[in-house]
Amino acid sequence: MAKVTVDGIEVEVPNGASALQACEAAGKEIPRFCYHERLSVAGNCRMCLVEVEKAPKPVASCAYPVMDGMKIFTDTETVRKARRGVMEFLLINHPLDCPICDQGGECDLQDQAVAYGKSFSRYEEGKRAVKDKYVGPLIKTIMNRCIHCTRCVRFSQEVAGVPEMGATGRGEQMEIGTYVEKALSTELSGNLIDICPVGALTSRPYAFISRPWELSKIESVDVMDALGAPVRVDVRAGEVLRVLPRQNDEVNEEWLADRSRFAIDGLKRRRLDRPWVRRDGKLVAASWAEAFQAVAAGLKGKRLGAIAGDTCDAESLFALKQMLNALGSTSYDARQDGARLDASRPDFYLFNSGIAGIDDADALVIIGSNPRLESPVLNARIRRRWLAGGFRVGMIGPDAELTYAAERLGTGPQDIAAAASFLEGAERPMIILGRGALARPDGAAVLKAAWDLAASVNALREDWHGFNLLHHFGGQVGALDVGFVPGEGGHDVEGMLGGGVNALWLLAADEFDVARIPAGTFVVYQGHHGDRAAARADVILPGAAYTEKDGTYVNTEGRVQRGRLSTMPPGEAREDWRIIRAASQFLGVTLPFDTLDALRGEMAANHPALARLNAGPVRGCTDSAGPGGEGPLSGEPFVPAITNYWQVDPISRASAVMAECAATYVAPQPAIAAE
Amino acid sequence: MALSDKDRIFTNLYGTQPWNLQAAKMRGDWDGTAGFIGKGRDWIIEEVKNSGLRGRGGAGFPTGMKWSFMPKQSDGRPAYLVVNADESEPGTCKDRDIIRHDPQKLIEGCLIAGFAMNAVAGYIYIRGEYYNEAMVLEAAIAEAYEAGLLGKNAAGSGYDFDLYVHRGAGAYICGEETALIESLEGKKGMPRLKPPFPAAVGLYGCPTTVNNVETIAVVPTILRRGAGWFAGFGRPKNAGTKVFCISGHVNKPCNVEAEMSIPLRELIDRYAGGVRGGWDNLLAVIPGGSSVPLLPKHICDDVLMDFDALREHRSGLGTAGVIVMDKSTDVVRAIARLAHFYKHESCGQCTPCREGTGWMKRVMDRMVRGEAEIEEIDVLEQVTRQVEGHTICALGDAAAWPIQGLIRHFRPEMERRILERQGRTVPLAAE
Repeated sequence: MAKVTVDGIEVEVPNGASALQACEAAGKEIPRFCYHERLSVAGNCRMCLVEVEKAPKPVASCAYPVMDGMKIFTDTETVRKARRGVMEFLLINHPLDCPICDQGGECDLQDQAVAYGKSFSRYEEGKRAVKDKYVGPLIKTIMNRCIHCTRCVRFSQEVAGVPEMGATGRGEQMEIGTYVEKALSTELSGNLIDICPVGALTSRPYAFISRPWELSKIESVDVMDALGAPVRVDVRAGEVLRVLPRQNDEVNEEWLADRSRFAIDGLKRRRLDRPWVRRDGKLVAASWAEAFQAVAAGLKGKRLGAIAGDTCDAESLFALKQMLNALGSTSYDARQDGARLDASRPDFYLFNSGIAGIDDADALVIIGSNPRLESPVLNARIRRRWLAGGFRVGMIGPDAELTYAAERLGTGPQDIAAAASFLEGAERPMIILGRGALARPDGAAVLKAAWDLAASVNALREDWHGFNLLHHFGGQVGALDVGFVPGEGGHDVEGMLGGGVNALWLLAADEFDVARIPAGTFVVYQGHHGDRAAARADVILPGAAYTEKDGTYVNTEGRVQRGRLSTMPPGEAREDWRIIRAASQFLGVTLPFDTLDALRGEMAANHPALARLNAGPVRGCTDSAGPGGEGPLSGEPFVPAITNYWQVDPISRASAVMAECAATYVAPQPAIAAE
Repeated sequence: MALSDKDRIFTNLYGTQPWNLQAAKMRGDWDGTAGFIGKGRDWIIEEVKNSGLRGRGGAGFPTGMKWSFMPKQSDGRPAYLVVNADESEPGTCKDRDIIRHDPQKLIEGCLIAGFAMNAVAGYIYIRGEYYNEAMVLEAAIAEAYEAGLLGKNAAGSGYDFDLYVHRGAGAYICGEETALIESLEGKKGMPRLKPPFPAAVGLYGCPTTVNNVETIAVVPTILRRGAGWFAGFGRPKNAGTKVFCISGHVNKPCNVEAEMSIPLRELIDRYAGGVRGGWDNLLAVIPGGSSVPLLPKHICDDVLMDFDALREHRSGLGTAGVIVMDKSTDVVRAIARLAHFYKHESCGQCTPCREGTGWMKRVMDRMVRGEAEIEEIDVLEQVTRQVEGHTICALGDAAAWPIQGLIRHFRPEMERRILERQGRTVPLAAE
C-alpha cells in the first residue's frame, strides 16, 4: 500500500494504482475521456491532468503510478488551465450539433464542457470534416464528433476480441474506423455506444427517437440469454425505447450482448394483443370470458399437458404447475428443446463455478457449446481470463471462432473422457457443458460423462465446483428450479407430442416442431408473440413479454433476479400469472393466491431458493455423486445449438433490427446448383 | 583554437576515403575493442560518464547515466540496444554522413554499448528515406559479421551480440524513442506513456536503451582516447566534440565536427564560409534543428553553441542543426512552414498536439499574409502554451517552440503585416 496525499486528504491505495485511482479514493472526481476502468490505459485525451509535487509538468493521472508519499493536487490554477486548454482543443474540431445529437444529455463532452469549456470560441478556422464510417447495422457513426479517445478501438481489441477497429491516418487526419468499411463481427458491438464518450458512435435503431430526460428508467433483468444481465429499460409513453446494461461485476460487469439490447423492436411487432378462439377451423377474436369458456370447454375430459417456453418468469411457471397438479396432471415440461437435463439437484443444471469464477479458473474444457453465440458477455469474460495468461482452453464440438485460442479436443461425446488429460495438473479446472449438447437422444449420458470428467479431474471439491452448464435463455433455470419437469407418471415433451396427452397448454413455447402436435389435440397457447405455435392453437391467451411483467428469473449460475414491469402488455394482453389464475377459476381449481405477493409467498414456501434474491452461486461441491445417465454415448458429433445468433426466440424473430443483423452477419446458405 | 584534425572523431565525415571495413580499420576503428569489453561493463559506463557525453539526439541526456538505468541483473528478460537513425529533424543530416561514410564507428559503438547494457541484440532503426545509407549499413554489418566482429564471440571478446537494421517508413514521430519502439514492434508509430521508461519496459516489453547514432558512434573513440580527452573540449557539462549541420543562407553549407561551446559566429564564419552577404546580413538562426526557438542576430553575435548557453537564451542545442536565415528571409513564412511540418507529422494520439498543431498552422498561414487581428498573436501564443508540456511526447513542445520564438523575437514584424493588410500604417513611436 502507498500513502498518497490528494489535495491534503491522505489516502492509502495499493502499489501500482494510478494517480487517478488515488484521487477517486480521496473523493476527487477527475474528468476523463479516454480512461475506462475496464480497458487498457491510453492516456491520450489529456483531460485528467493533475499536478504532482516535484513533477515539472502536469501529469496524466490515469497513467501515472502512485508512489509512497506522493502529493497530488487536483484543483490548482495549473490544473484548471491545463484542462481548460484540452477542452478548448477538443471543441475546436467538434461540431456544434448538440441539438441534433443523440448523445445530447448523456454526453461526457457536454458535461465536462460545462465545467471546463468557454462560452465562446477563439478558433476562427474551418472545422475538420470526417466521412462517416460503416461499422455495422447497429452502430450509427457521426465521425465529425469523434474525439479520438480510442475507447472503441481498445474495446473491440481487448473485450470483444475482434481487432477490426483502428485508427488510420496521422495527426488531425487520424480517423477511427474498421479500415475496410465492414460490419464489426462481434455480438457485443452495442457496448461501443455506451463507451463512446461523445456522439460519434450512437445507436442506429434509436437514432432521433428520444432524449434521455424524457425516459422513465426501470431497472430490470435481461432474459435473452442465460447470463441474466441486469438491465435498465428506458420507456417513454408505454413503449420500450432502449435497453442499457446495469453494472454487476459478478454477472455482466457493464456489458450487454447485442440481442438483449437491440431485439426490443420485436416487442412491438406480431404481438398477441387480444384473445382468440378457433371456431369452425378459424381463429376469431374473442373476449377474455369467451376465451376462458372455450378453454374450460375444450379441456373437459382431456388429459392436459403443458410445455413452457424459454423466457417465462418463475411465477407463471409455478402457477401453471400448480394448476396442472390441481387438475391431476403431472405432464409438464420446460425442456422444449429436448435437453436431457437432470433437475433432481441444482448443481446438475447450474453454472456452478459462477460467472465470476471464470476469473479464478486455470483450465477450461467447453463441451458442445459455443459460448460466443450462447452468451457473448460470458464469452468475453473467458477471453479476458485467457488474455491474463496461465489459462488453457479446450473444446469438444463443432469448430467455432471464440475470440481466444481453444484446442480442439474432439467432436462428440466419445471424446469427453479423454479431455481429463487436458485438464490434468490444473488447480481449478472448469468444464462448460452446453445445454445444446444434452438435446439429443444420448443427452443424459452426455451429462453424466461431463460430470464424471469433472469428478475425474478433481473439479468437484468443497472449495471449487468445476461443473458448469450453460443455458441459452433467462427463463430456463427458473423453470427447473420450480420443478417444471414431468412429475410422477407425467410425460415429457417427447411423450406429450407422442400422444401421451390430448390437450396441450403452451406457455410461450415456440421452439419445438409444432407440426408434431397430434391432430385432434386441444391446444391453448398463452404467449406474447404470434410466432410458430400460436397458429396451431385452439385458444390464444395473450400474455406479457419480459418487459411487461414483474417476474423472477434465474440465470445460468442460479442467481435469482427480479424483472420489473416497464410497460403494460399491449391491448387486452395480461400478465401471465393472472391469466393462469383466472383460467384456474374457470377450470374449477381456483389457485390460492390473488396477488403477486401471495403467489411469491407460496412459491418461496415450495422453493426457498427462489426467494434468495441476487445471491451468487454457492461455491464448492458437497456431493460428488453424479446424475443418473443410463445408456451408451453415441458417436454422433455435437452440432451447434445456435447458428443464427440474431434470431432465436419469438421476440428476436419479430425484430426488424435483428433481421437486418442476420442478413448482415449470417452467411447465406450456398445455393444448390441444381436448383 | 579550432578543433585540430587529430582530435576529430569522424575522420571520414566527408567520404574522402572508402567506408569499408579495411579503410575503417586504417582510421583506427575496431582497435582494442575486445580489450574494452574485457574491462567490464562498469568500467565502460564509468568512462562514458566521466567523458561527460550527453545524448546527441536532441534532449542531451547524460549517456552514461542513461546506460546505468539498465538492470544490472537480468530478471529473465533479454535487454536490447536500439539505435535511433530515424534522423528526420529538419536541418539535420549528421547521422546520414556518419552512416554512409563511417558506418564501422557506429557498429563498433553498438557492440560496446550493447555489452555495457548487457543487450543480446541491437536494432538500428533507420528512416525509410535513407535508402542508400541503409544499403551501406547493411553491407557494413555483413562485413563486420564476416570479420567476426559481430555475432558469436564478437570481435573476440567472448561476448555474443547481433545487430539488425530496420527501415522505417518515413514518419518524423518514429524518431521519438517510444514511438520508434512501437514501430519496431510492427505497430503504428505512436509514443508510449512514460513511465514506465524503456529501460524498464521497452522493446517487446524488455529493458531497452535507445540512443542516437552519433552518441553511439563516438563511444569507441572516447574509450580509446580516454574520458579526459573528450571532456577536455567544451565548457563543463557540455563536453566533447559535436557534428554541427550548417544549412541555409551561408556561403558553404556543411556538416562539421567542432568542439562544443564554440561561438555560433565562429562556427558559421570558420566552417560555413560566413553568412551570405556578411554577418550583418544575418536575420536569425535556428540553432538546433527545427524544434528549437530561433535566435535573432543580436543573440547570435556572441552565443556559445552548447546545451546550457542556448538554454539560457530560451532556445536549445537540439540536434545541432544550425539553420541560418539572412535578411532576405520571410521569417514568418519560414516558421509557418515549420508549423505545417509539425501538423503533418503529429501522430494524432493525444489531444493538444493533434488539435493544436492544426490550429497553430492555420493561424500561422494567416499571419504570413497578415490576415489576422493583432490580438490573435496573443491567442496564438496562448495556444502554444496550451500545447507545450501537456502532451505524451515532446512533439507538442517542438511544435510550440518555434512559434514562441518567433513571437518573442519578431512580434513587430507580425504586427506590421497585420496593420499593413488592414491598410493602416505602423504607428510611429512619437504618436
